[in-house]
Amino acid sequence: MTGRAAREDGPGRGAMPTYLGTPSFPDAARRAVSDARLRGNLAHATTTIRARRAEAVAELDDWAELREAGRQIKDHVLEHLGHYLRLLEEKVTGAGGTVHWARDAAEADRIVADLVKATGETEVVKVKSMATQEIGLNEFLAEEGITAYETDLAELIVQLGDDRPSHLLVPAVHRNRADIRDIFLRAMEDVPAGLTDSPAELAEAARRHLRAKFLSAKVAVSGVNFAVADTGTLVVVESEGNGRMCLTLPETLISVMGIEKIVPSRRDLEVFLQLLPRSSTAERMNPYTSMWTGVHPGDGPRNFHLVLLDNGRTATLADDVGRQALRCIRCSACLNVCPVYRRAGGHAYGSPYPGPIGAILSPQMRGVGSEVDASLPFASSLCGACYEVCPVAIDIPEVLVRLRARVVEDGPRRPLERVAMAAAGWTLRSPTRLALAQRAASSARRVVARGGRIRRLPGPLGAWTETRDAPAPPSESFRAWWARTGGREEDGG
Amino acid sequence: MRVALFLTCVNDTLFPETGKATVRLLRRLGHDVEFPAGQTCCGQMHLNTGYRRQAVPLVTAFEETFAPYDAIVTPSASCAAMIRDWHPRLAPSSAGTAASAGRRVHELSEFLVDVLGVTDVGAYFPHRVTYHPTCHSLRTLRVGDRPLRLLGEVRGIDLRELPDADECCGFGGTFALKNSEVSAAMCADKVTAVRGTGAETLCAADNSCLAHIGGALTRTRAGVRTLHLAEILASTEQAPA
Ligand code: SF4
Repeated sequence: MTGRAAREDGPGRGAMPTYLGTPSFPDAARRAVSDARLRGNLAHATTTIRARRAEAVAELDDWAELREAGRQIKDHVLEHLGHYLRLLEEKVTGAGGTVHWARDAAEADRIVADLVKATGETEVVKVKSMATQEIGLNEFLAEEGITAYETDLAELIVQLGDDRPSHLLVPAVHRNRADIRDIFLRAMEDVPAGLTDSPAELAEAARRHLRAKFLSAKVAVSGVNFAVADTGTLVVVESEGNGRMCLTLPETLISVMGIEKIVPSRRDLEVFLQLLPRSSTAERMNPYTSMWTGVHPGDGPRNFHLVLLDNGRTATLADDVGRQALRCIRCSACLNVCPVYRRAGGHAYGSPYPGPIGAILSPQMRGVGSEVDASLPFASSLCGACYEVCPVAIDIPEVLVRLRARVVEDGPRRPLERVAMAAAGWTLRSPTRLALAQRAASSARRVVARGGRIRRLPGPLGAWTETRDAPAPPSESFRAWWARTGGREEDGG
Repeated sequence: MRVALFLTCVNDTLFPETGKATVRLLRRLGHDVEFPAGQTCCGQMHLNTGYRRQAVPLVTAFEETFAPYDAIVTPSASCAAMIRDWHPRLAPSSAGTAASAGRRVHELSEFLVDVLGVTDVGAYFPHRVTYHPTCHSLRTLRVGDRPLRLLGEVRGIDLRELPDADECCGFGGTFALKNSEVSAAMCADKVTAVRGTGAETLCAADNSCLAHIGGALTRTRAGVRTLHLAEILASTEQAPA
């Protein structure tokens, strides 16, 4: 056993090893915006799923109540996390599993690698999992001489393409059929000759490729969607059935879960097993829902290990507004509706958690010290579409605003912006000063504007006039007009 | 009922016609409206850019300036949302009490429909118009179809439905500068949707979003002008907008 998730020596920030050194969001997004093909793939994929999600949600007349229940259950768990974690450990251990505590990505990676090595195996099959993406497990295992095979189709495409995921649920959403065919031909050792880009052929190629792995693998690694504290039951939901194979066929199963994935008891699943599929895949019910409690002789894996991962979650929990991000059930509804995600793509977020949830999760889990993490809270127009669809009512705009203040206080210095905001604040704190500034703007209008429009602004404001004209100041502000006329237009308005 | 106009710093400085139209409209409906000279800004720009501490004095000053009034009308959904949602959190002394401005503030369409109980304001505007529901009017204030009901009663108007109307235009305050490429890409899609309607006029309840979309409309010579909701509702045969 390794260090406890939350120790007296205070919460630590996490790390996501494979994503270090990512450029800031605007820089990464700039590249994506100019990639017409990527934008096309993203727009196509998200538009369809958005409409279907809306229909699936509209079918339930108690959706608002379900959403509120989901919010409350998660908040309750977060409030009593220490209690539920201890209970879960006790129940999993009692059912024959072994529980490991990992303070950060490095500890979790080490634990998993050592567990695999102890079996004498050099290959593992993997169930699609965000937690193992977060800790960069595949890359770490490779360094340790262990090959990890992703078995989720989209994850397999990402892995074979030597790529990064760009969506929570559909990691290869940035790829189209032709891309996938090329990747398979290039990187799948047992690829059928003459493979075309028909979906049926692509799926069949993947199925054959994976079947061989399932039958030979002795060790599987998974994530966890829900962990039931009072029974020690783990739950994984998926669509393809490949996860089920990994969870049942191998001798050893190692599951990595973020410490926030707990629900108190089995009946709470009633809420989440409705919220999750409708929000993520727009299905009424999840095609495959696997649940297991410890180990059972002659049925499923003989060894079960649960790795409880902190990696910045305790630090996130410390903020009374920011902690709601830990309610997330990784449904990806917020990505699909996000106008920024749809243009910038998932990679710009510099972590396995893209879109609105990534923008509030990564800067909390990793801190706001790096360029990318300091830029993420600003990667939003605060349009609120994410909050509206979130099945656990995470007020993402509220958290973004909280994190923006944190960036201003603790993040990389922005001296120019600071001066500009201080000047604006000083002007706006006094109606007299505002009136003077307005008069100055009005007298400058003849210099800067033509036909009531400004075509070019100086300095950082130039970003505006690259694609948009700016409105010219009027000859007289409203305030001045009101002072002159008392609001009576006939008096000279 | 003592009614105050909170015009917002952006409208006051850049779009005085919206303020004049709001005053004209409310007077035409028989309600006098005052412009408290102490007003400046609701604090939204500072808050949303991360300068929370500088937003607080603006919020406090706002609460004081508007304390004497029974109702506060503002032709900005975004600022109304700021006052209703954030002021109680930033100036907790008045939060939750009837004194809190958040309880007395009304975006223009809310004031007309809910407080005054009118949808036909006697306007005349014989043009093809499409309406963009701004994000804060739609998802924070939840004004619903109030603006469209008001526009629907305007004589002579030819209202065109805007496809994907609930999509953000990409303004987002300093977002438009900090992420200008993504912002411009969002704006371009909005412009395409607007042009597709064949409208001559794009209308919204927020001049900041209109300045953003309008800036791209004039840059691309789309031949579509932008008008704030207040200006269309104030328009008459004698004094057309
Ligand atoms: S933040 Fe909400 S909408 Fe987004 S993935 Fe998490 S649960 Fe789903």
